[in-house]
Amino acid sequence: MSIDIDTARKVAHLARIAVPEAELPALAGELSGILSFMEQLNEVDVTGIEPMTSVTPMRLKRREDVVTDGGYQARILSNAPDAREGFFAVPKVVE
Amino acid sequence: MSALNELTISAARDALRAGELSAVELTEDCLAAIEGAGALNAFVHLTPDIARAQAAAADLRIKAGAAPSLCGIPLGIKDLFCTKGVPSQAASNILRGFRPEYESTVTQNLWDAGAVMLGKLNMDEFAMGSSNETACYGNAVNPWKVDGRQLTPGGSSGGSAAAVAADLCLAATGTDTGGSIRQPAAFTGIVGIKPTYGRVSRWGVVAFASSLDQAGPMTKSVRDAAIMLATMASHDPKDSTSADLAVPDFEAALTGDIRGKKIGIPREYRMDGMPAEIEALWAKGTAMLKDAGAEIVDISLPHTKYALPAYYVVAPAEASSNLARYDGVRYGHRAKLGAGDGITEMYERTRAEGFGKEVQRRVMIGTYVLSAGFYDAYYNRARKVRALIKRDFDLAFAAGIDAILTPATPSSAFGLGEMANADPVEMYLNDVFTVTVNLAGLPGIAVPVALDAKGLPMGLQLIGRPWAEGDLLNHAYVLERAAGFVSKPGKWW
Repeated sequence: MSIDIDTARKVAHLARIAVPEAELPALAGELSGILSFMEQLNEVDVTGIEPMTSVTPMRLKRREDVVTDGGYQARILSNAPDAREGFFAVPKVVE
Repeated sequence: MSALNELTISAARDALRAGELSAVELTEDCLAAIEGAGALNAFVHLTPDIARAQAAAADLRIKAGAAPSLCGIPLGIKDLFCTKGVPSQAASNILRGFRPEYESTVTQNLWDAGAVMLGKLNMDEFAMGSSNETACYGNAVNPWKVDGRQLTPGGSSGGSAAAVAADLCLAATGTDTGGSIRQPAAFTGIVGIKPTYGRVSRWGVVAFASSLDQAGPMTKSVRDAAIMLATMASHDPKDSTSADLAVPDFEAALTGDIRGKKIGIPREYRMDGMPAEIEALWAKGTAMLKDAGAEIVDISLPHTKYALPAYYVVAPAEASSNLARYDGVRYGHRAKLGAGDGITEMYERTRAEGFGKEVQRRVMIGTYVLSAGFYDAYYNRARKVRALIKRDFDLAFAAGIDAILTPATPSSAFGLGEMANADPVEMYLNDVFTVTVNLAGLPGIAVPVALDAKGLPMGLQLIGRPWAEGDLLNHAYVLERAAGFVSKPGKWW
């Protein structure tokens, strides 16, 4: 499977990473190289094998569905690049 | 007594308890050693005020009696761990200026035991790399040097490895997703253990690939690894994959007796083109364990060859999901926006400016293998192959194997910059002996065994049964004593 420039552009957009048009051919080449390395996996017979979901056969713990944490808005916002009036501020999303 | 920063944890603990030295003296010697080691670029954020306060408190606690083993022991902390009020940026520009409002469970366990924080250590950006060359802080440098070149300390825990090998601290925390504790330990002649997945809480450790990430100690001896792991490990309700199991006294497991134990030698780890020196080292380690009374058994782990490609699907897939949180909204870097720029431009430019090239590459590979139409072909197939890799180990252990001996790395440390023009896949080959262990969730330890012809350290890896870190450490202890590796890098920095 080789990645063309259009696919590279699409993947970059899906990943929300701006890649200048001039760098797309090199990116497509690199991604193709890595994917061809992964092609080896097609040699393996995986018939009847379940995809691994958890490396240790352990049941996830359950707990009461209650609030156990919270109530520190200022601490949550303290690292925000732009926080105003108790909220995270971002460019206008809805016109 | 030699400079105090050269002590092991166990020697310092005994001397502190005997009143022969103080935590404050020990800490001052480490701070002075760090001050003189700027050329190694191992420490990237220093916390001398915290260190001095913790050392003074530790001295009082030791005087009062019954202090834990790590009380008063100065440590370095990988930049991947969130430490309250102290920069924690995973060596990434996207987390520049981030000061967590909370403490990771691992570091909290260490401070509760009285350990002393010297500062934060260099690493590959988001733990993605095998040479510490992807850090926003610049390269960490290996204290081992045999010619004009500067060598890599390995990665991703390169700063941790360099700091311990150069005696800037008594020990350090590392994290290991595909070999990031064991490979740098091997490159610098120190000990590093990745515990069983779930032994150590991941809470507060910046996530790379959540189903593979585990933290562990990087130390000057196997005994120190046993002591420090016992404190790092705990059951933590804040990490749903943290095991609800008692943490054994790992140090007590170091009996030095492995008579009758079965050591597996996996034939698939004998790679084409493996350097003769690595092959000889492996044979030497095998002979040492045999001389100690263990039984050597040839075993087969038939899916080994597919571990690396499976890893490079699973890890980037999880990374692309985990790193979606760096969006310029809640913390870290946000790109400067022009008039008319909307939220999509904010995301795309923030992530382009904040993530380095290797991180961008892995996030995009992960995005691709998870995207509609390719999910089954890549991601699900890789997870099936992962199940087969784990089954290989399950079968070996079911047949009575106690531990598996392999090389730790395909070579000794290489020069910084030497892989700059290499294909990304060539760099990934550094993890060829270590990734299987992460994919199977097993504990693995790197132990320094000998110097190669160039005079650089080489290590071997032992792989243990799940949750049997005590037994694994005991095997490592036997190997360590038989190898008698005592070489230290000559000080040039």
